[in-house]
Amino acid sequence: MRAPWELALLAAALLVPALGSRFYTFLANDVLIWALFATSLNLLVGYTGLVSFGHAAYFGIGAYTTGLLMKKLSLPFLIAFPAAGVLAGGFALLFGFFCVRLTRIYFAMLTLAFAQIVWAICFKWNEVTGGEQGMPEIPYPSLDWMGRLPLVGGLRTSDHFYLVTVVLVALCLWVLRRVVGSPFGRMLTTIRENAERAEFIGVNVRRYELAAFVLAGAFAGLAGGLFGIFNRGVFPDFAYWTKSSEVLIMTLLGGMGTFYGPALGALALILLNQQIVSYTEYWPFVLGTILIVLLFVFPGGLAGAAGTALRRLRRAA
Amino acid sequence: MLEVRGVRKSFDGFVAVNDASVSVARGQIAAIIGPNGAGKTTLFNLITGHLRPEAGAVVLEGRDITGLPPHDVCRLGMGRSFQRTNIFPRLTVYQNVQAAFLSHRGRGLDLWSRVDELYRGETEALLASLGLRERAGEVSGFLSHGAQKQLELGIALASEPSLLLLDEPTAGMSVSETRETIRLVERIARERGLTLLFTEHDMEVVFSIAQKITVLHQGRVIAEGAPADVRADAEVRRVYLGERR
Amino acid sequence: MPDFSFIFAQSISGLTAAMFLFLIAAGLSLIFGVLRVLNFAHGTFYMLGAYAAFQFMQWLGPGRGRFWLAALGAAAAIALLGGLVERFLFRHLYGAEELYQLLFTYALVLVLGDAAKMLWGTQQKSVSAPPELGGKALSLFGATIPYYNLFIILLGPVIALGFWLTLQRTRAGRFIRAAALDRETLGALGVNVDALYTWVFVLASFLGGLGGALISPMRATTPGMDTEIIVEAFVVVVIGGLGSFWGTFFGALIYGQVLSFGILFFPRFSIFAVFALMAAVLILRPWGLLGRPLK
Repeated sequence: MRAPWELALLAAALLVPALGSRFYTFLANDVLIWALFATSLNLLVGYTGLVSFGHAAYFGIGAYTTGLLMKKLSLPFLIAFPAAGVLAGGFALLFGFFCVRLTRIYFAMLTLAFAQIVWAICFKWNEVTGGEQGMPEIPYPSLDWMGRLPLVGGLRTSDHFYLVTVVLVALCLWVLRRVVGSPFGRMLTTIRENAERAEFIGVNVRRYELAAFVLAGAFAGLAGGLFGIFNRGVFPDFAYWTKSSEVLIMTLLGGMGTFYGPALGALALILLNQQIVSYTEYWPFVLGTILIVLLFVFPGGLAGAAGTALRRLRRAA
Repeated sequence: MLEVRGVRKSFDGFVAVNDASVSVARGQIAAIIGPNGAGKTTLFNLITGHLRPEAGAVVLEGRDITGLPPHDVCRLGMGRSFQRTNIFPRLTVYQNVQAAFLSHRGRGLDLWSRVDELYRGETEALLASLGLRERAGEVSGFLSHGAQKQLELGIALASEPSLLLLDEPTAGMSVSETRETIRLVERIARERGLTLLFTEHDMEVVFSIAQKITVLHQGRVIAEGAPADVRADAEVRRVYLGERR
Repeated sequence: MPDFSFIFAQSISGLTAAMFLFLIAAGLSLIFGVLRVLNFAHGTFYMLGAYAAFQFMQWLGPGRGRFWLAALGAAAAIALLGGLVERFLFRHLYGAEELYQLLFTYALVLVLGDAAKMLWGTQQKSVSAPPELGGKALSLFGATIPYYNLFIILLGPVIALGFWLTLQRTRAGRFIRAAALDRETLGALGVNVDALYTWVFVLASFLGGLGGALISPMRATTPGMDTEIIVEAFVVVVIGGLGSFWGTFFGALIYGQVLSFGILFFPRFSIFAVFALMAAVLILRPWGLLGRPLK
């Protein structure tokens, strides 16, 4: 059964619209989607040890899939949302097949190349993706049925969508949690720890890496599908490499050694962004400085710091 | 049980293993010895599938496994420990061995069950037979060198192999640790009816338990046979002059 | 079938683009070859070189020789910046995991990129071509080639050759090559590897800054040019082979031609073509044209 604090967090998330502030709901919605995005990346980075520079490709594919299906084909969200995951997962299978044949820097470069290809196509394929202008005005899913529910009936559409997001993200995170806590998840960590040894306990490393790649891509696609609607528009920069670096930073910042670390990183980064942006337009400068300071205060990285802290605790215990 | 026929491997023109043939009978304890750089580890890597031979064949229980990738070779019943300790450093001792069970018993693609309790009995039993039971919860990267080597052995055994390859199992160990490890290895081999093939530098170890010895020098097999015969072999003595312990 | 003069003109524009990219990619490749890190901030040094050139031109005013002074000054300023960054910041991260080193270079992109916005705003800046070369053009094979383009096209191989000779013939060059192969042994031989690393960074930053300064008469200097150029530099380095010097040169040449002819045949997908080429190289021959084959 889930830990009590996870349920408490879920309850808290569900209660945000009760605060009555459009702004808080907006922020919470943003955090949840990025938390899913970052957690999906962590499946690759933290659990399998594969650093991808192009994870935004699947985020973008998911966003465009849902956007296209809902706006141009008027399909319901119930189809458009899973389709985001399926299509993103499909591309992850195609791209990942080639990527897992490479290691380290070459792997990272190829993930980047594929992501830039996705970006270039979204950027230029005017007829389908809207090109540089993207696809503004993605419709909300039809949430009229929520208007008839007790308690939440009277809320705005954006609040309704937020609640849908909470439920979907919670479900996705629950699934991911089960996966990393499963034998499959354990096999992934053996690959991260020592791929050579993993081979020699019978693990087909490439096949597992590809599986992780596809799962990570699929969930990133789901996050993208939600984001396109939340953002009221889908744009090519969803797949640009700087988006990939944003999510990678969240993952590293929050701690790639734990399951909820990246989600925490997403929360921290988005809240920090909100705070800083109200004082200055130079958010990248501030973020960059904070990152540099953190890198030097924790020379082993945040994960190293956590490891050191844990060791001290163990010795004390 | 295992037949290596005339394998050859070169790196950038340097021939590391040249027309080497080894055979090990079921249940036998065999050793491969040779001075540094003789090609022992390369030969091991050729047998286990980490490297592909340019010529020759590797046959396990009548089945040609030449060129199969390591994960397939492992599934066919070959286990291996590595010269430089090769464990999963941030996993606990328990998790290290359990991982091997999970993989071997085909649970690797299970994405849903909670992993912690699976194969607990088997894992703890194996750890107990290695004397590591009390340290099951420790993070393996912090173990002493000797304990890590034992853990390595445990991981290899958890794959329930019929043939076990040990690459310098006592490297870096003190005299007492060496003796303990060898006794352990011999006992386990006997208990499980394992066939054992190991490489070693420590001649005492080799001559104390090996039933058959193959001598490698500069990539070639220069002698093969029972310990007494190998000991008496002229060329072996020449090669080892100054290196005998 | 487009006529020859058109093809020739496209070729020239491809060559010009290639030489700029070579300047930047050479620095990137150098840092990767010796320090084993992919410096995301290299594109930002390039951008800062362009801004610095603009600034120097503002201070110096128009006139003969001013542009060259500004360009060299800009390159030197960026070289100094690079040296300081390495010496006081990056050096302390050499023991850390690669991922964190990469994160640092990306943090630099954020900090320095925004610093440029702070100092120069978001409006496009432009620098006029040097009067010695500006305005005049050569007519060759029916195509019109501005003298400045010609200068760049000739400068590229000159710098490449100069660089290569430095690496091959001078003592410093030998140290650099040795450091790329085996830094520990080099240190054990008594060479001050720390200082060497700083000089490598300085040299690479000089090239990047110079590239930015020299391109400023041809392209508008705007924020965001750093994130654009760095992925292009990545493509070049991948095609040529990570860590290979001549590989970077030929990679840049190929990139330039693919880009300009890509526009010809797939006008909308020329950017796509470049990344497709990068992916193809990584799939079929990851070590690129002249890199060292993987294990």
